[in-house]
Amino acid sequence: MNGPIVKVDGVIKRFGAVNAVAGVDLKIARGELFALLGGSGCGKTTLLRLLAGFEQPDSGRILIDGQDMTGVPPHLRPVNMMFQSYALFPHLDVAGNIAYGLKREGVAKPEIAARVAEALSLVKLEGLGGRRPSQLSGGQRQRVALARALVKRPKLLLLDEPLAALDRKLREGTRFELVRLQEQLGLTFVIVTHDQEEAMSMASRLAVMNAGRIVQAGTPHDLYERPASRFVADFIGLANILETAPGRWLALRPEKIALSAERPATAHAVAGTVVEVAYEGDRSLYRVAVDAGPLMQVAQMNVARGTESAFRRGDAVWLGWADDAGQVLHE
Amino acid sequence: MKARARFAVTILAFGYAFLYLPIALVILYSFNDSRLVTVWAGFSLKWWKALFENEAMLDAAWLSLRIGLVSATLATLLGLAAGYALARVPRFRGRTLFGGLVIAPMVMPEVVMGISMLLLFVGSDQLFGGPQRGFLTITAAHVTFSLAFVAIVVQARLADFDRSLEEAAMDLGATPWTTFLTVTLPLIAPALASGWLLAFTLSLDDLILTQFVSGAQSQTLPMRVYSSVRLGVDPQINVLATIVVALAACALVVSGWLTHKRH
Repeated sequence: MNGPIVKVDGVIKRFGAVNAVAGVDLKIARGELFALLGGSGCGKTTLLRLLAGFEQPDSGRILIDGQDMTGVPPHLRPVNMMFQSYALFPHLDVAGNIAYGLKREGVAKPEIAARVAEALSLVKLEGLGGRRPSQLSGGQRQRVALARALVKRPKLLLLDEPLAALDRKLREGTRFELVRLQEQLGLTFVIVTHDQEEAMSMASRLAVMNAGRIVQAGTPHDLYERPASRFVADFIGLANILETAPGRWLALRPEKIALSAERPATAHAVAGTVVEVAYEGDRSLYRVAVDAGPLMQVAQMNVARGTESAFRRGDAVWLGWADDAGQVLHE
Repeated sequence: MKARARFAVTILAFGYAFLYLPIALVILYSFNDSRLVTVWAGFSLKWWKALFENEAMLDAAWLSLRIGLVSATLATLLGLAAGYALARVPRFRGRTLFGGLVIAPMVMPEVVMGISMLLLFVGSDQLFGGPQRGFLTITAAHVTFSLAFVAIVVQARLADFDRSLEEAAMDLGATPWTTFLTVTLPLIAPALASGWLLAFTLSLDDLILTQFVSGAQSQTLPMRVYSSVRLGVDPQINVLATIVVALAACALVVSGWLTHKRH
Protein backbone atom coordinates (compact mmCIF):
# COMPACT_ATOMS: atom_id res chain seq x y z
CA MET A 1 0.00 0.00 0.00
CA ASN A 2 1.22 3.42 -0.83
CA GLY A 3 -1.40 5.65 0.74
CA PRO A 4 -0.70 7.67 3.85
CA ILE A 5 0.22 5.69 6.96
CA VAL A 6 -2.15 7.77 9.05
CA LYS A 7 -5.38 9.35 7.95
CA VAL A 8 -7.43 11.30 10.47
CA ASP A 9 -10.93 12.14 9.26
CA GLY A 10 -12.93 14.83 11.07
CA VAL A 11 -12.07 13.52 14.52
CA ILE A 12 -13.77 15.09 17.51
CA LYS A 13 -13.08 14.16 21.13
CA ARG A 14 -14.91 15.75 24.04
CA PHE A 15 -14.13 15.56 27.75
CA GLY A 16 -17.31 16.75 29.42
CA ALA A 17 -18.06 20.14 27.88
CA VAL A 18 -14.55 20.65 26.54
CA ASN A 19 -13.69 19.80 22.95
CA ALA A 20 -10.16 18.49 23.43
CA VAL A 21 -9.94 17.67 19.75
CA ALA A 22 -12.41 19.76 17.75
CA GLY A 23 -12.45 18.36 14.24
CA VAL A 24 -9.02 17.36 12.98
CA ASP A 25 -8.20 16.20 9.45
CA LEU A 26 -4.67 15.01 8.93
CA LYS A 27 -2.60 12.82 6.64
CA ILE A 28 0.83 11.56 7.56
CA ALA A 29 2.98 9.98 4.86
CA ARG A 30 5.14 6.90 5.28
CA GLY A 31 8.62 7.52 6.66
CA GLU A 32 7.83 10.99 7.88
CA LEU A 33 8.97 12.49 11.12
CA PHE A 34 5.83 14.40 11.89
CA ALA A 35 5.53 16.80 14.81
CA LEU A 36 2.38 17.98 16.55
CA LEU A 37 3.22 21.34 18.06
CA GLY A 38 1.15 23.43 20.41
CA GLY A 39 0.82 24.92 23.86
CA SER A 40 -0.55 22.99 26.81
CA GLY A 41 -4.19 22.04 26.45
CA CYS A 42 -4.22 22.46 22.67
CA GLY A 43 -5.27 18.82 22.15
CA LYS A 44 -1.99 17.45 20.80
CA THR A 45 -1.61 14.78 23.48
CA THR A 46 -5.27 13.77 23.12
CA LEU A 47 -4.72 13.37 19.38
CA LEU A 48 -1.72 11.14 20.09
CA ARG A 49 -3.74 9.06 22.56
CA LEU A 50 -6.47 8.71 19.94
CA LEU A 51 -3.86 7.30 17.55
CA ALA A 52 -2.61 4.89 20.22
CA GLY A 53 -6.15 3.79 21.04
CA PHE A 54 -6.29 4.96 24.66
CA GLU A 55 -9.17 7.24 23.71
CA GLN A 56 -11.96 6.64 21.24
CA PRO A 57 -13.15 9.54 19.05
CA ASP A 58 -16.70 10.83 19.61
CA SER A 59 -17.01 11.27 15.87
CA GLY A 60 -14.81 10.91 12.82
CA ARG A 61 -12.41 8.08 12.25
CA ILE A 62 -8.75 7.20 12.19
CA LEU A 63 -7.13 4.97 9.57
CA ILE A 64 -3.72 3.47 10.15
CA ASP A 65 -2.15 1.88 7.10
CA GLY A 66 -5.54 1.96 5.42
CA GLN A 67 -7.31 0.12 8.24
CA ASP A 68 -10.15 1.71 10.16
CA MET A 69 -9.11 1.82 13.81
CA THR A 70 -12.58 2.53 15.19
CA GLY A 71 -13.16 0.23 18.14
CA VAL A 72 -9.72 -1.38 17.87
CA PRO A 73 -8.15 -1.57 21.37
CA PRO A 74 -4.54 -0.42 21.96
CA HIS A 75 -3.08 -3.90 22.13
CA LEU A 76 -4.25 -4.75 18.62
CA ARG A 77 -2.93 -1.61 16.91
CA PRO A 78 0.28 -1.67 14.84
CA VAL A 79 1.43 1.32 16.84
CA ASN A 80 3.79 1.77 19.76
CA MET A 81 4.16 4.73 22.02
CA MET A 82 6.94 6.23 24.05
CA PHE A 83 5.41 7.82 27.11
CA GLN A 84 6.40 11.19 28.50
CA SER A 85 7.02 9.59 31.90
CA TYR A 86 8.69 6.66 30.03
CA ALA A 87 6.40 4.28 32.02
CA LEU A 88 9.17 1.71 32.47
CA PHE A 89 8.05 -1.31 34.47
CA PRO A 90 9.85 -0.95 37.81
CA HIS A 91 9.59 -4.67 38.63
CA LEU A 92 11.40 -5.74 35.46
CA ASP A 93 15.02 -5.13 34.47
CA VAL A 94 15.97 -3.30 31.27
CA ALA A 95 16.01 -6.48 29.16
CA GLY A 96 12.68 -7.55 30.68
CA ASN A 97 11.17 -4.19 29.81
CA ILE A 98 12.31 -4.41 26.21
CA ALA A 99 11.27 -8.05 25.89
CA TYR A 100 7.78 -7.40 27.30
CA GLY A 101 6.16 -6.57 23.97
CA LEU A 102 7.85 -9.44 22.15
CA LYS A 103 6.67 -11.92 24.78
CA ARG A 104 3.10 -10.78 24.23
CA GLU A 105 3.52 -11.54 20.53
CA GLY A 106 4.69 -15.05 21.37
CA VAL A 107 8.12 -14.60 19.79
CA ALA A 108 10.45 -17.55 20.47
CA LYS A 109 12.94 -17.12 23.32
CA PRO A 110 16.19 -17.14 21.29
CA GLU A 111 14.74 -14.55 18.94
CA ILE A 112 13.62 -12.39 21.86
CA ALA A 113 17.17 -12.45 23.24
CA ALA A 114 18.61 -11.52 19.85
CA ARG A 115 16.15 -8.68 19.27
CA VAL A 116 16.59 -7.30 22.78
CA ALA A 117 20.37 -7.25 22.25
CA GLU A 118 19.87 -5.56 18.89
CA ALA A 119 17.56 -2.94 20.41
CA LEU A 120 20.03 -2.28 23.23
CA SER A 121 22.83 -1.68 20.79
CA LEU A 122 20.56 0.52 18.66
CA VAL A 123 20.15 2.90 21.59
CA LYS A 124 23.74 2.36 22.77
CA LEU A 125 22.91 0.67 26.06
CA GLU A 126 24.89 -2.54 25.54
CA GLY A 127 25.59 -4.34 28.78
CA LEU A 128 22.87 -2.60 30.80
CA GLY A 129 20.21 -5.26 30.22
CA GLY A 130 20.39 -6.47 33.81
CA ARG A 131 19.86 -3.09 35.45
CA ARG A 132 16.63 -1.99 37.04
CA PRO A 133 15.05 1.25 35.75
CA SER A 134 15.69 2.82 39.16
CA GLN A 135 19.45 2.29 38.66
CA LEU A 136 19.54 4.29 35.41
CA SER A 137 20.05 7.98 34.69
CA GLY A 138 17.28 10.03 33.07
CA GLY A 139 18.92 9.83 29.66
CA GLN A 140 19.37 6.08 29.91
CA ARG A 141 15.74 5.62 30.92
CA GLN A 142 14.65 7.62 27.92
CA ARG A 143 16.64 5.31 25.66
CA VAL A 144 15.20 2.19 27.30
CA ALA A 145 11.71 3.53 26.69
CA LEU A 146 12.67 4.18 23.07
CA ALA A 147 14.14 0.69 22.65
CA ARG A 148 11.06 -0.89 24.20
CA ALA A 149 8.79 0.91 21.74
CA LEU A 150 11.05 0.24 18.73
CA VAL A 151 11.72 -3.43 19.30
CA LYS A 152 8.22 -4.39 18.12
CA ARG A 153 8.94 -2.73 14.75
CA PRO A 154 5.70 -0.76 14.74
CA LYS A 155 4.33 0.84 11.60
CA LEU A 156 4.03 4.02 13.56
CA LEU A 157 5.95 5.21 16.60
CA LEU A 158 4.29 7.81 18.78
CA LEU A 159 6.50 9.92 21.03
CA ASP A 160 4.91 12.03 23.74
CA GLU A 161 7.29 14.87 24.64
CA PRO A 162 10.27 12.54 24.22
CA LEU A 163 12.87 15.09 25.27
CA ALA A 164 10.99 17.10 27.89
CA ALA A 165 12.49 15.31 30.89
CA LEU A 166 16.10 15.65 29.71
CA ASP A 167 18.43 18.51 30.53
CA ARG A 168 19.24 20.97 27.79
CA LYS A 169 22.63 19.65 26.72
CA LEU A 170 21.39 16.06 26.49
CA ARG A 171 18.25 17.18 24.70
CA GLU A 172 20.17 18.65 21.77
CA GLY A 173 22.25 15.50 21.28
CA THR A 174 19.18 13.27 21.58
CA ARG A 175 17.38 15.26 18.89
CA PHE A 176 19.93 14.24 16.29
CA GLU A 177 19.92 10.72 17.68
CA LEU A 178 16.16 10.40 17.18
CA VAL A 179 16.35 11.73 13.63
CA ARG A 180 19.21 9.31 12.88
CA LEU A 181 17.19 6.36 14.24
CA GLN A 182 14.10 7.37 12.32
CA GLU A 183 16.05 7.58 9.05
CA GLN A 184 17.98 4.39 9.74
CA LEU A 185 14.86 2.35 10.51
CA GLY A 186 12.65 4.04 7.92
CA LEU A 187 9.78 4.24 10.41
CA THR A 188 7.13 6.88 10.72
CA PHE A 189 7.48 8.94 13.90
CA VAL A 190 4.81 11.19 15.31
CA ILE A 191 6.21 13.49 17.98
CA VAL A 192 4.16 15.61 20.31
CA THR A 193 5.98 18.62 21.65
CA HIS A 194 5.41 22.07 23.06
CA ASP A 195 8.95 23.11 22.11
CA GLN A 196 8.87 24.83 18.72
CA GLU A 197 12.64 24.69 18.35
CA GLU A 198 12.50 20.92 18.82
CA ALA A 199 9.68 20.51 16.32
CA MET A 200 11.36 22.77 13.74
CA SER A 201 14.75 21.09 13.93
CA MET A 202 13.55 17.48 13.89
CA ALA A 203 10.36 17.25 11.88
CA SER A 204 10.06 16.75 8.17
CA ARG A 205 6.56 18.17 8.54
CA LEU A 206 4.70 19.63 11.47
CA ALA A 207 1.24 20.73 12.43
CA VAL A 208 0.56 23.62 14.77
CA MET A 209 -2.44 23.02 17.00
CA ASN A 210 -4.57 25.47 18.92
CA ALA A 211 -7.81 24.89 20.83
CA GLY A 212 -8.26 21.37 19.48
CA ARG A 213 -7.70 22.24 15.83
CA ILE A 214 -4.81 22.10 13.43
CA VAL A 215 -4.11 25.71 12.55
CA GLN A 216 -1.51 25.01 9.90
CA ALA A 217 0.49 22.02 8.68
CA GLY A 218 3.55 22.04 6.48
CA THR A 219 7.32 21.81 6.38
CA PRO A 220 9.24 23.77 9.04
CA HIS A 221 10.33 26.18 6.31
CA ASP A 222 6.74 26.72 5.14
CA LEU A 223 5.52 27.43 8.63
CA TYR A 224 8.34 29.81 9.42
CA GLU A 225 8.44 31.78 6.19
CA ARG A 226 4.81 31.52 5.11
CA PRO A 227 2.66 31.41 8.22
CA ALA A 228 -1.04 31.39 7.41
CA SER A 229 -2.21 33.34 10.42
CA ARG A 230 -1.03 35.73 13.09
CA PHE A 231 -1.24 32.86 15.60
CA VAL A 232 1.26 30.72 13.70
CA ALA A 233 3.54 33.68 12.93
CA ASP A 234 3.61 34.53 16.60
CA PHE A 235 3.84 30.94 17.89
CA ILE A 236 6.75 29.87 15.72
CA GLY A 237 9.81 32.05 16.15
CA LEU A 238 9.67 35.81 16.64
CA ALA A 239 7.63 38.05 14.39
CA ASN A 240 6.80 41.72 14.06
CA ILE A 241 3.16 41.85 13.11
CA LEU A 242 2.22 45.15 11.52
CA GLU A 243 -1.33 46.05 10.64
CA THR A 244 -1.02 47.49 7.14
CA ALA A 245 -4.76 47.89 6.50
CA PRO A 246 -7.90 46.83 8.41
CA GLY A 247 -7.89 42.99 8.40
CA ARG A 248 -4.49 42.88 6.71
CA TRP A 249 -1.24 42.30 8.49
CA LEU A 250 2.41 41.95 7.59
CA ALA A 251 4.49 39.41 9.51
CA LEU A 252 8.15 40.35 9.46
CA ARG A 253 10.84 38.12 11.01
CA PRO A 254 13.45 40.05 13.03
CA GLU A 255 16.38 38.73 10.96
CA LYS A 256 14.79 39.88 7.68
CA ILE A 257 15.17 43.50 8.76
CA ALA A 258 18.47 45.27 8.18
CA LEU A 259 19.70 47.71 10.77
CA SER A 260 21.87 50.64 9.74
CA ALA A 261 22.96 54.09 10.85
CA GLU A 262 22.23 55.65 7.44
CA ARG A 263 19.01 55.44 5.52
CA PRO A 264 19.21 52.13 3.56
CA ALA A 265 18.36 51.73 -0.12
CA THR A 266 15.74 49.01 0.55
CA ALA A 267 12.15 49.18 -0.62
CA HIS A 268 10.97 50.04 2.87
CA ALA A 269 12.84 52.15 5.39
CA VAL A 270 11.79 53.68 8.70
CA ALA A 271 13.74 55.55 11.34
CA GLY A 272 13.68 54.73 15.03
CA THR A 273 15.57 54.61 18.34
CA VAL A 274 17.09 51.54 20.00
CA VAL A 275 15.20 50.94 23.26
CA GLU A 276 16.73 47.67 24.38
CA VAL A 277 19.54 45.38 23.35
CA ALA A 278 19.64 41.68 24.25
CA TYR A 279 23.10 40.26 23.62
CA GLU A 280 22.84 36.53 22.93
CA GLY A 281 26.41 35.87 21.85
CA ASP A 282 25.94 34.81 18.26
CA ARG A 283 23.45 37.56 17.63
CA SER A 284 21.91 40.56 19.27
CA LEU A 285 18.23 41.26 19.47
CA TYR A 286 17.27 44.93 19.34
CA ARG A 287 13.97 46.47 20.28
CA VAL A 288 13.53 49.59 18.24
CA ALA A 289 10.87 52.23 18.81
CA VAL A 290 9.90 53.35 15.34
CA ASP A 291 9.05 57.08 15.17
CA ALA A 292 5.27 57.32 15.61
CA GLY A 293 4.99 53.57 15.26
CA PRO A 294 5.14 50.26 17.10
CA LEU A 295 8.06 48.62 18.92
CA MET A 296 9.92 46.43 16.42
CA GLN A 297 12.27 43.52 17.04
CA VAL A 298 15.35 43.29 14.89
CA ALA A 299 18.04 40.61 15.00
CA GLN A 300 21.56 41.03 13.76
CA MET A 301 24.39 38.52 13.73
CA ASN A 302 27.51 39.57 15.60
CA VAL A 303 29.96 38.75 12.84
CA ALA A 304 32.85 40.90 14.03
CA ARG A 305 34.57 39.96 17.29
CA GLY A 306 35.54 43.46 18.30
CA THR A 307 32.36 45.00 19.64
CA GLU A 308 29.63 43.58 21.81
CA SER A 309 26.67 44.80 19.74
CA ALA A 310 26.74 47.08 16.72
CA PHE A 311 24.29 49.56 18.26
CA ARG A 312 23.57 50.69 21.78
CA ARG A 313 20.51 51.76 23.67
CA GLY A 314 19.48 55.26 22.59
CA ASP A 315 21.16 55.07 19.17
CA ALA A 316 19.18 56.50 16.27
CA VAL A 317 18.90 53.79 13.60
CA TRP A 318 17.20 52.98 10.31
CA LEU A 319 15.27 49.79 9.69
CA GLY A 320 15.08 48.53 6.14
CA TRP A 321 13.46 45.54 4.48
CA ALA A 322 12.73 44.33 0.99
CA ASP A 323 9.31 44.00 -0.64
CA ASP A 324 9.26 40.22 -0.26
CA ALA A 325 10.70 40.12 3.28
CA GLY A 326 7.40 39.63 5.05
CA GLN A 327 4.28 37.53 4.77
CA VAL A 328 0.91 39.19 4.25
CA LEU A 329 -1.76 37.75 6.55
CA HIS A 330 -5.53 37.96 6.35
CA GLU A 331 -6.47 36.30 9.65
CA MET B 1 20.84 19.64 78.57
CA LYS B 2 22.13 16.48 80.19
CA ALA B 3 19.30 16.44 82.69
CA ARG B 4 16.78 16.75 79.88
CA ALA B 5 18.32 13.84 78.03
CA ARG B 6 18.21 11.73 81.18
CA PHE B 7 14.56 12.67 81.64
CA ALA B 8 13.76 11.65 78.07
CA VAL B 9 15.49 8.31 78.48
CA THR B 10 13.61 7.67 81.72
CA ILE B 11 10.28 8.38 80.07
CA LEU B 12 11.21 6.13 77.17
CA ALA B 13 12.23 3.32 79.47
CA PHE B 14 9.01 3.71 81.41
CA GLY B 15 6.99 3.58 78.19
CA TYR B 16 8.73 0.45 76.96
CA ALA B 17 8.38 -1.17 80.36
CA PHE B 18 4.68 -0.43 80.37
CA LEU B 19 4.28 -2.03 76.94
CA TYR B 20 6.64 -4.97 77.12
CA LEU B 21 7.17 -5.90 80.77
CA PRO B 22 3.86 -7.79 80.96
CA ILE B 23 4.80 -9.73 77.84
CA ALA B 24 8.26 -10.48 79.21
CA LEU B 25 6.69 -11.73 82.43
CA VAL B 26 4.28 -13.94 80.51
CA ILE B 27 7.20 -15.51 78.69
CA LEU B 28 9.21 -15.91 81.89
CA TYR B 29 6.34 -17.51 83.77
CA SER B 30 5.71 -20.02 80.96
CA PHE B 31 8.84 -21.73 82.32
CA ASN B 32 7.59 -21.62 85.90
CA ASP B 33 7.39 -24.78 87.94
CA SER B 34 4.54 -23.56 90.13
CA ARG B 35 0.89 -24.06 89.39
CA LEU B 36 0.26 -20.50 90.49
CA VAL B 37 0.88 -17.93 87.79
CA THR B 38 2.22 -15.28 90.12
CA VAL B 39 4.65 -17.28 92.24
CA TRP B 40 8.06 -18.26 90.85
CA ALA B 41 9.09 -21.75 91.92
CA GLY B 42 11.99 -22.56 89.64
CA PHE B 43 12.54 -23.44 85.98
CA SER B 44 10.48 -26.17 84.37
CA LEU B 45 9.11 -27.19 80.95
CA LYS B 46 6.15 -29.04 82.37
CA TRP B 47 3.54 -26.49 81.23
CA TRP B 48 4.94 -26.66 77.70
CA LYS B 49 4.50 -30.42 77.85
CA ALA B 50 1.02 -30.00 79.29
CA LEU B 51 -0.03 -27.66 76.50
CA PHE B 52 1.14 -30.01 73.79
CA GLU B 53 -0.90 -32.77 75.44
CA ASN B 54 -3.96 -30.56 75.80
CA GLU B 55 -6.16 -31.89 72.97
CA ALA B 56 -8.90 -29.30 73.38
CA MET B 57 -6.45 -26.41 73.15
CA LEU B 58 -4.65 -27.93 70.17
CA ASP B 59 -7.95 -28.55 68.37
CA ALA B 60 -8.95 -24.96 68.96
CA ALA B 61 -5.61 -23.72 67.65
CA TRP B 62 -5.87 -25.91 64.55
CA LEU B 63 -9.42 -24.67 63.88
CA SER B 64 -8.34 -21.04 64.28
CA LEU B 65 -5.42 -21.57 61.96
CA ARG B 66 -7.59 -23.16 59.27
CA ILE B 67 -10.22 -20.43 59.56
CA GLY B 68 -7.49 -17.79 59.46
CA LEU B 69 -5.84 -19.20 56.32
CA VAL B 70 -9.07 -19.75 54.41
CA SER B 71 -10.79 -16.51 55.42
CA ALA B 72 -7.67 -14.37 54.83
CA THR B 73 -7.23 -15.86 51.36
CA LEU B 74 -10.88 -15.39 50.43
CA ALA B 75 -10.92 -11.88 51.89
CA THR B 76 -7.80 -11.01 49.87
CA LEU B 77 -9.37 -12.20 46.61
CA LEU B 78 -12.69 -10.45 47.23
CA GLY B 79 -11.01 -7.37 48.66
CA LEU B 80 -8.77 -7.17 45.60
CA ALA B 81 -11.82 -7.28 43.33
CA ALA B 82 -13.67 -4.65 45.40
CA GLY B 83 -10.65 -2.36 45.69
CA TYR B 84 -9.93 -2.68 41.98
CA ALA B 85 -13.51 -1.81 41.10
CA LEU B 86 -13.47 1.22 43.38
CA ALA B 87 -10.12 2.50 42.08
CA ARG B 88 -10.30 1.62 38.40
CA VAL B 89 -13.86 1.44 37.12
CA PRO B 90 -14.58 5.12 36.57
CA ARG B 91 -18.34 5.32 36.88
CA PHE B 92 -20.97 2.70 37.48
CA ARG B 93 -24.46 2.75 38.90
CA GLY B 94 -24.41 2.68 42.68
CA ARG B 95 -20.65 3.27 42.96
CA THR B 96 -21.01 5.46 46.05
CA LEU B 97 -23.35 2.96 47.67
CA PHE B 98 -20.95 0.14 46.84
CA GLY B 99 -18.01 2.05 48.35
CA GLY B 100 -20.02 2.66 51.52
CA LEU B 101 -21.11 -0.94 51.79
CA VAL B 102 -17.57 -2.23 51.40
CA ILE B 103 -16.32 -0.06 54.25
CA ALA B 104 -19.38 -0.50 56.51
CA PRO B 105 -18.13 -3.65 58.30
CA MET B 106 -15.07 -1.70 59.45
CA VAL B 107 -17.13 0.82 61.37
CA MET B 108 -20.08 -1.34 62.38
CA PRO B 109 -19.97 -2.58 65.99
CA GLU B 110 -19.09 -6.25 65.98
CA VAL B 111 -22.00 -7.02 68.25
CA VAL B 112 -24.42 -5.75 65.61
CA MET B 113 -22.74 -7.79 62.90
CA GLY B 114 -22.71 -10.79 65.20
CA ILE B 115 -26.42 -10.62 65.90
CA SER B 116 -27.34 -10.05 62.27
CA MET B 117 -25.22 -12.96 61.13
CA LEU B 118 -26.56 -15.20 63.83
CA LEU B 119 -30.09 -14.37 62.68
CA LEU B 120 -29.08 -15.05 59.09
CA PHE B 121 -27.58 -18.43 59.87
CA VAL B 122 -30.46 -19.46 62.13
CA GLY B 123 -32.92 -18.40 59.43
CA SER B 124 -31.08 -20.27 56.71
CA ASP B 125 -30.84 -23.29 58.97
CA GLN B 126 -34.64 -23.29 59.35
CA LEU B 127 -35.27 -22.67 55.66
CA PHE B 128 -32.61 -24.83 53.99
CA GLY B 129 -31.38 -26.98 56.87
CA GLY B 130 -27.87 -25.53 56.71
CA PRO B 131 -25.16 -24.52 56.97
CA GLN B 132 -24.18 -26.09 60.24
CA ARG B 133 -22.78 -23.47 62.55
CA GLY B 134 -19.04 -24.03 62.81
CA PHE B 135 -16.04 -23.73 60.50
CA LEU B 136 -18.09 -22.54 57.51
CA THR B 137 -20.11 -19.87 59.30
CA ILE B 138 -17.12 -18.52 61.22
CA THR B 139 -15.09 -18.33 58.03
CA ALA B 140 -17.90 -16.52 56.21
CA ALA B 141 -18.23 -14.02 59.07
CA HIS B 142 -14.48 -13.37 59.15
CA VAL B 143 -14.34 -12.84 55.38
CA THR B 144 -17.17 -10.33 55.63
CA PHE B 145 -15.40 -7.95 57.94
CA SER B 146 -11.79 -8.47 56.92
CA LEU B 147 -12.34 -7.97 53.19
CA ALA B 148 -13.05 -4.32 53.94
CA PHE B 149 -9.49 -3.88 55.20
CA VAL B 150 -8.01 -5.54 52.12
CA ALA B 151 -10.21 -3.45 49.81
CA ILE B 152 -9.03 -0.23 51.48
CA VAL B 153 -5.36 -1.20 51.22
CA VAL B 154 -5.72 -2.24 47.55
CA GLN B 155 -7.68 0.87 46.63
CA ALA B 156 -5.08 3.12 48.26
CA ARG B 157 -2.24 1.36 46.45
CA LEU B 158 -4.03 1.59 43.10
CA ALA B 159 -4.91 5.25 43.63
CA ASP B 160 -1.25 6.31 43.55
CA PHE B 161 -0.37 3.83 40.83
CA ASP B 162 0.96 5.34 37.59
CA ARG B 163 -1.75 4.54 35.04
CA SER B 164 0.68 4.97 32.16
CA LEU B 165 2.36 1.71 33.23
CA GLU B 166 -0.83 -0.18 32.41
CA GLU B 167 -1.27 1.81 29.21
CA ALA B 168 2.32 1.00 28.22
CA ALA B 169 1.63 -2.71 28.72
CA MET B 170 -1.48 -2.55 26.53
CA ASP B 171 0.39 -0.50 23.96
CA LEU B 172 3.00 -3.26 23.81
CA GLY B 173 0.34 -5.82 22.96
CA ALA B 174 -0.94 -7.05 26.32
CA THR B 175 -4.66 -7.70 26.65
CA PRO B 176 -6.32 -6.03 29.67
CA TRP B 177 -6.19 -9.36 31.53
CA THR B 178 -2.48 -9.93 30.74
CA THR B 179 -1.79 -6.35 31.75
CA PHE B 180 -3.41 -7.02 35.09
CA LEU B 181 -1.43 -10.21 35.64
CA THR B 182 1.98 -8.99 34.45
CA VAL B 183 2.00 -5.35 35.54
CA THR B 184 -0.75 -4.41 37.98
CA LEU B 185 -0.61 -7.52 40.16
CA PRO B 186 3.18 -7.62 40.68
CA LEU B 187 3.19 -3.94 41.57
CA ILE B 188 0.39 -4.17 44.13
CA ALA B 189 1.65 -7.50 45.54
CA PRO B 190 3.09 -5.86 48.68
CA ALA B 191 -0.30 -4.29 49.39
CA LEU B 192 -1.98 -7.66 48.89
CA ALA B 193 0.50 -9.36 51.21
CA SER B 194 -0.07 -6.84 53.96
CA GLY B 195 -3.83 -7.06 53.38
CA TRP B 196 -3.66 -10.83 53.73
CA LEU B 197 -1.63 -10.58 56.95
CA LEU B 198 -4.10 -8.05 58.33
CA ALA B 199 -7.05 -10.29 57.50
CA PHE B 200 -5.27 -13.31 58.97
CA THR B 201 -4.50 -11.48 62.22
CA LEU B 202 -8.03 -10.14 62.50
CA SER B 203 -9.44 -13.62 62.00
CA LEU B 204 -7.01 -15.25 64.41
CA ASP B 205 -7.90 -13.10 67.42
CA ASP B 206 -11.55 -12.30 66.80
CA LEU B 207 -13.72 -13.23 69.74
CA ILE B 208 -16.98 -11.27 69.68
CA LEU B 209 -18.22 -12.02 66.18
CA THR B 210 -16.97 -15.59 66.37
CA GLN B 211 -18.97 -16.27 69.52
CA PHE B 212 -22.19 -15.35 67.75
CA VAL B 213 -21.68 -17.55 64.72
CA SER B 214 -19.85 -20.55 66.15
CA GLY B 215 -21.72 -23.71 67.01
CA ALA B 216 -21.52 -25.73 70.20
CA GLN B 217 -18.89 -28.03 68.73
CA SER B 218 -16.47 -25.51 67.33
CA GLN B 219 -14.30 -23.43 69.62
CA THR B 220 -11.62 -21.19 68.21
CA LEU B 221 -8.42 -20.44 70.08
CA PRO B 222 -9.50 -17.06 71.51
CA MET B 223 -12.77 -18.62 72.71
CA ARG B 224 -10.90 -21.50 74.32
CA VAL B 225 -8.43 -19.17 76.02
CA TYR B 226 -11.19 -16.90 77.21
CA SER B 227 -13.19 -19.71 78.76
CA SER B 228 -10.14 -21.31 80.39
CA VAL B 229 -9.16 -17.94 81.90
CA ARG B 230 -12.59 -17.69 83.45
CA LEU B 231 -12.00 -21.04 85.15
CA GLY B 232 -8.75 -19.80 86.62
CA VAL B 233 -5.49 -19.07 84.85
CA ASP B 234 -3.22 -21.97 84.19
CA PRO B 235 0.43 -21.43 83.13
CA GLN B 236 -0.43 -23.21 79.88
CA ILE B 237 -1.89 -19.89 78.80
CA ASN B 238 1.55 -18.36 79.31
CA VAL B 239 3.06 -21.00 77.06
CA LEU B 240 0.46 -20.31 74.39
CA ALA B 241 1.07 -16.57 74.63
CA THR B 242 4.80 -17.14 74.31
CA ILE B 243 4.31 -19.13 71.11
CA VAL B 244 2.06 -16.45 69.63
CA VAL B 245 4.55 -13.71 70.50
CA ALA B 246 7.38 -15.71 68.94
CA LEU B 247 5.39 -16.27 65.75
CA ALA B 248 4.42 -12.59 65.53
CA ALA B 249 8.05 -11.55 66.04
CA CYS B 250 9.14 -13.92 63.25
CA ALA B 251 6.49 -12.53 60.91
CA LEU B 252 7.64 -9.00 61.72
CA VAL B 253 11.27 -9.84 61.01
CA VAL B 254 10.40 -11.60 57.74
CA SER B 255 8.19 -8.76 56.50
CA GLY B 256 10.85 -6.21 57.48
CA TRP B 257 13.46 -8.23 55.63
CA LEU B 258 11.25 -8.47 52.53
CA THR B 259 10.59 -4.73 52.51
CA HIS B 260 14.29 -4.05 52.97
CA LYS B 261 15.20 -6.36 50.09
CA ARG B 262 12.74 -4.64 47.79
CA HIS B 263 14.42 -1.26 48.21
